[in-house]
Amino acid sequence: MATHAYRVQRTTHASRVGLGVAILALPALITLPAWGDPASMRRLVEFIALLVLAQMWNLLAGYAGLLSIGQQAYVGLGGYALIVLADDLGVDPFLSVPLAGLIAMAIALPTAALVFRFQGGYFAVGTWAVAEVFRLLVANTGALGRGTGRTLKAVFPLARETRELVTYDIALALAVAALVGIYAFLRARFGLGLMAVRDSEAASQTLGVDVFRTKLIVYLLAAFGTGATGAVIYLNLLRISPDAAFSINWTASTIFIVVIGGIGTLEGPLVGAVVFFVLRELLADYGAWYMILLGALAVSVMLAYPQGLWGLIAERWDVHVFPVQRRLRIDDAPRP
Amino acid sequence: MSRLAVRQLDAFYGNFQALFGISLDVDEGETVAIIGANGSGKSTFLKAVAGALPVARAAVELDGVAVGGRPAHALVDRGVTLVPEGRRIFPSLTVEENLRIGGYRARPGHWTLERVYALFPRLAERRRQPGTNLSGGEQQMLAIGRGLMANPRLLLIDEISLGLAPAMVKQLYDVLAAVTAEGMTTVVVEQDVSQVLRIARRVFCFRKGAVSLAGRPDELSRSRIAAAYFGA
Amino acid sequence: MGWLDTIVQGLLLGGLYALFATGLSLIFGVMRIVNLAHGDFSILAAFLAVVLVDALALHWLLALALVVPLMALLGYLLQRLVLNRLLGRGILPPILVTFGLSIIIQNALLETFSADSRRLNPGGIDTASLALGGGLAVGWFSLITLLVAVLVLTGLQLFIGRTRRGRAFRATADDQATAALMGIDDRGLYALAMALSLGIVAVAGVFLGIRTTFAFSSGPDRLLFAFEAVIIGGLGSLWGTLVGGAILGVAQTVGAKLSPGWGILTGHLVFLGVLLIRPQGLFARQRRLD
Repeated sequence: MATHAYRVQRTTHASRVGLGVAILALPALITLPAWGDPASMRRLVEFIALLVLAQMWNLLAGYAGLLSIGQQAYVGLGGYALIVLADDLGVDPFLSVPLAGLIAMAIALPTAALVFRFQGGYFAVGTWAVAEVFRLLVANTGALGRGTGRTLKAVFPLARETRELVTYDIALALAVAALVGIYAFLRARFGLGLMAVRDSEAASQTLGVDVFRTKLIVYLLAAFGTGATGAVIYLNLLRISPDAAFSINWTASTIFIVVIGGIGTLEGPLVGAVVFFVLRELLADYGAWYMILLGALAVSVMLAYPQGLWGLIAERWDVHVFPVQRRLRIDDAPRP
Repeated sequence: MSRLAVRQLDAFYGNFQALFGISLDVDEGETVAIIGANGSGKSTFLKAVAGALPVARAAVELDGVAVGGRPAHALVDRGVTLVPEGRRIFPSLTVEENLRIGGYRARPGHWTLERVYALFPRLAERRRQPGTNLSGGEQQMLAIGRGLMANPRLLLIDEISLGLAPAMVKQLYDVLAAVTAEGMTTVVVEQDVSQVLRIARRVFCFRKGAVSLAGRPDELSRSRIAAAYFGA
Repeated sequence: MGWLDTIVQGLLLGGLYALFATGLSLIFGVMRIVNLAHGDFSILAAFLAVVLVDALALHWLLALALVVPLMALLGYLLQRLVLNRLLGRGILPPILVTFGLSIIIQNALLETFSADSRRLNPGGIDTASLALGGGLAVGWFSLITLLVAVLVLTGLQLFIGRTRRGRAFRATADDQATAALMGIDDRGLYALAMALSLGIVAVAGVFLGIRTTFAFSSGPDRLLFAFEAVIIGGLGSLWGTLVGGAILGVAQTVGAKLSPGWGILTGHLVFLGVLLIRPQGLFARQRRLD
């Protein structure tokens, strides 16, 4: 009986193309401050923030099956951590970004101990209740400015261009780190276990995957990413208040981005973020109609095309720019 | 025209094919047994007939009407009742409520609460207890009684003997014999071959999703059944 | 205002919370769905009542009598046309879709009614009070709210426990596949459950609107309190929901008395405390917790 040669393929044509595009685009993005205007830079920082938030939420819900509507807790915690570190403790404001992520992650640990007692829909509301607790605690704390909030003063000594430049660079670094990090994470053995858990908890458990530990690690990593992003957001905005920082709108936006773009894929949040931003620009004058339309779009997508925009594209043309699967390719010609 | 006519029935669980072109007939008033090893497709067959699995429309005919693929709850009105594998008694309901829910669709017929209690006196004794407080054998009685309450034209029973002592199984088949003697069209899936052959007029043996043997119990020798059951 | 008065106020507030929580508990028990727009539907009902009372000069009771069936119908259609399509697709879609609905409703209310706070004008019943002796007085309306909550819970308990449909609810909640074998059509049942849920939460919304001011964004807090009341009381127990509501109400009023900004926060902390110490709630009856 002839045997066929086989290999395990991990890249796809599209991923090689995608890598090429990224390599070309990166210098353009890095040098944007030189040839772009400040408004574009700020916009790009906002876009990046939402993109990273969406990637984190996607990691939680699309890969770990943890549907959290309380991630705004970590946006707020990251933002306030920035203020406290930079203004009160004299830490370099730009270094405070990853530190804020660490603080958010530290708080996520006891939080997980609580909310992991829930499953499914009740887990979702539980995470939200916790976010509300954080909001109220901050709003009642004098040192954090109570309801009126605080302003980031540590950056005042810097020239405006410098501040904007470094903020932009940090945002860019965050985006690259998040994308590369998540991608590497999913392609590693741990990621394989994670996707097994997503597909079937019971089955993966019998195969030796520690489901609880897997989910916990993902939750902590997402908290880190979300916290760091919160710090970047408020590095950009400079003014923080509890109602804004812990607002459910952060989660609403990221959910819509991921649902419309395609949940459970890495390309989906990217596509969704672009759609989100374009719609926001188009409907800027229409106030609340923007959110109504976005909500209706997300609901419709969920009803009719649950795989999202990117899911449709990927199915139709079998395209994977960030392939995380391992495919068995069997050569046609048998080995002698 | 037979009560149940199955024609070239295929059934799938996702991509996995469980039944391959099953064809058989059951006449009105007849009791038919389906035997076979685990995984041979017996339960799948009952689920397909009862509407719990999607199948081709023409594959299942009830009194000449094509009903394949209709949802389970719609088929109850047409007189198809499945007593499911594992009893599946409702824990939140008492014994009496479990029986009553069997009669949810209020189909006309002579099976009433009193008649079921007459058939299974032990259920009457425990009528107010939660359904799952009963022993395995009593739960099986309850499951059968619940099925009868629907006044079916076609009664499908899936594996009565599972997990029960032989004495209890014999007792249940005595009751079943009385029910089928009244003319209830019945298809019984069973692993305990000896008991079910007592009440069946014809028997089918399933193997790997297909019919491997069909005939009357008195025509089939033990060795032929064993060969069909396990494969030559 | 002594402590006794605070606690009594909290208990009465619990009646309102129980009304909010009942519909949520029912839906979750039967269909395992958490309707994230639950609170927003109650606020929608409150706004509808405001329109009827202000624009058509209707008595608030009449407005209530119109709004409740309207919201029940909305719930029926919502389940039939939208949520039933998501059956069998796991837990994510219903949560995401109801979350989307929540955002849509809030923003639609914002567009229609602006960000202003509103209040229903009930012609004095909200200020009338009953003296209980010992210097203690309770608002008539708070009492009525509690009474209505008890009536609704009793009615629902009777429906679920004694009627044919109620049996079908319990059977479906236990084992939907086997319930189908009994001839029970889950889709119709779910639509009925959602109709009941929204009808009840409409009552809660109107009563809230009489008791206090509300705005387009008041929905999510209602959902949270309803959720907390259900968890404290324990899943699967309707009367537990009343107790849960009472405990939450007392926690909030006591917290507010200690420090004005701490009312709601105290409620959240008590909820988290119950979750830590006794996660299944005080009167849990359900076999599974999820």
